[in-house]
Amino acid sequence: MANPVSPDFALEQGDEGSVLRVSGDWTVATVQEVDEPLRDLAPGTPLRLDVTHLGRLDTAGAFVLDRTLRAAMPGTEDSAEIIGDHAAARSLIAQVHAVSAPAPPPPVRSGGIMAMLERTGEGFLKIVTETIATLAFLGETLVTCGRLLVTPWKLRWTSIVSVMEEAGLDALPIIAFLSFFVGMVVAFIGATTLSDFDLQIYTVELIGYSELREFGVVLTGIVLAGRTNSSFTAQIGTMKMRQEIDAMQTLGLKPMEVLVAPRVLAMVAMTPVLTFVATLAGIAGGIMVGWLSLDINPGVFIERLRTSVPLDQFWVGMSKAPVFGFVCALIACRQGLNVGGSVQSLGHATTTSVVQALFAIIVLDAMFAVFYMEMGI
Amino acid sequence: MTDDIIIRIRDLKTAYGSHVVHEDLDLDIRRGEIIGIIGPSGCGKSVLLRAIVGLKQPAAGSIEVFGRRLETLDPVERSAIERRWGVMFQDGALFSNLTVRENVEVPMKEHTKLGPELREELADMKIRLAGLGPDAGAKYPSDLSGGMRKRAALARSLALDPELLFLDEPTAGLDPITASGFDALVRKLQRALGLTVFLVTHDVDTLHATCDRIAVLGEKHVLAVGTIEELRTVDHPWVQEYFGGPRGRAATGH
Repeated sequence: MANPVSPDFALEQGDEGSVLRVSGDWTVATVQEVDEPLRDLAPGTPLRLDVTHLGRLDTAGAFVLDRTLRAAMPGTEDSAEIIGDHAAARSLIAQVHAVSAPAPPPPVRSGGIMAMLERTGEGFLKIVTETIATLAFLGETLVTCGRLLVTPWKLRWTSIVSVMEEAGLDALPIIAFLSFFVGMVVAFIGATTLSDFDLQIYTVELIGYSELREFGVVLTGIVLAGRTNSSFTAQIGTMKMRQEIDAMQTLGLKPMEVLVAPRVLAMVAMTPVLTFVATLAGIAGGIMVGWLSLDINPGVFIERLRTSVPLDQFWVGMSKAPVFGFVCALIACRQGLNVGGSVQSLGHATTTSVVQALFAIIVLDAMFAVFYMEMGI
Repeated sequence: MTDDIIIRIRDLKTAYGSHVVHEDLDLDIRRGEIIGIIGPSGCGKSVLLRAIVGLKQPAAGSIEVFGRRLETLDPVERSAIERRWGVMFQDGALFSNLTVRENVEVPMKEHTKLGPELREELADMKIRLAGLGPDAGAKYPSDLSGGMRKRAALARSLALDPELLFLDEPTAGLDPITASGFDALVRKLQRALGLTVFLVTHDVDTLHATCDRIAVLGEKHVLAVGTIEELRTVDHPWVQEYFGGPRGRAATGH
């Protein structure tokens, strides 16, 4: 392609009004050069356009020319007179003229204190509706799961088992690994602090209480919130975006039964298993540190664990597991079903899903702590 | 200049794994014509389009666009070629996180030095040129109907005033009135801008209303190329069935 010639123009005042003589190439690549000068050009009188020396012209160039001609005679829809010969100028300018009447200005968003109050109110209402919708979804999920548990032959075992593998079994290594290292860290920190008082042996109690009661289940919850929530939300959200969920409904399948219930049930079943493994791995981390750096024999460690840490602690930790699993799955499915038509809303829903799940796990854990403290366990 | 060839395809072979889509496919597209690509479903019309614009690597053979082979170009030259064509994908492929206006502005931002004000004005003009109302610019693709999305996609493909326009099934899924409006629009734009249009379609009405020549794909290569009148005489069962069938006859008035 030949190098474009810079566009240029000259305004001539003649006897029969003004003439705008244009030359050079007026294309999308070059037209910016003359945009500002042409905007500043205020001929005031009707213009005629001389295209004799015009080079290449495309719709961008035609648009700028048409805008200038239009500005010269405000209030009319007639096209200006064009003089000179050019292969495409006439038809292009006419074509563009037909579609470039200035659009009515968009409504201005009002600013100031009223708008702020309005936004505040809208935000508050959104929180209220979001809460109600989440509770409604919780109720719907409980009803669906309850109905399915009464009629177990309607359960979709294939999906349940598949979710159990994908969100449960596949998460085992990472959860065990993380928990093992957290156990080691807790043991190290405990040993360092306790050795100041010559009480290293209490590392066993430290590990026992913290792993059984908190770390095992909370770590599991956090990994699930990151790993499973994002995947559930993305799966369901993509189905929503591609209208698969609409298709499902028209085929008489209930998304609650097909998508939500298997995920919720599988998570409720698998989270305790994961928690159990996480707890074992955490204790193993503690034993390892005790053995290597504190000279606590694993046998002694386990024996002391059995005698000084009551079994209640284990059940406190395990009792939280299904609740965490349930909440994670609930949030993930709800956010997935919330996805609209755009990719952006999918990304937004996935983020919200993970953030809400993390938030819910920490808050629930705190509530459990208060509850069990009041119970005296 | 009827012998000015804008796309030259020679011995093209494309394949997905062991499944060969095209073999020994030759096709010339002349500057300034609207060429319709037809063929039975699954014969590789869209794959051919993807191969020409460089989205699908050919297994063998050569494709020259504007006299250059895409795979031999460095990124700068390739980008220069890419801004000379516009592609409209089958379901629009609009960026769903941008408004229609922003969608049209994307190629302008990427390839030109246009200022924001002029860019916005031009985008609005393209949107209306493609037959959408002035208020469509601020909407998101998910707020538009299928036909409006196609028009928005056309507006984006026209953003840089390309010399070559690829349209993949532009009228599929549109009602007949909107579809014939679209045909008229393509024809009008082609005349005004001197476009070369590569049109993949199933729609016999579109072929009849817009195309200068038609290439029939089938059996992994081009079965025949010519005007509708010429194709009517081609002795191939699929071509005969296509133009001789009830839909074909109704569209061409025979």
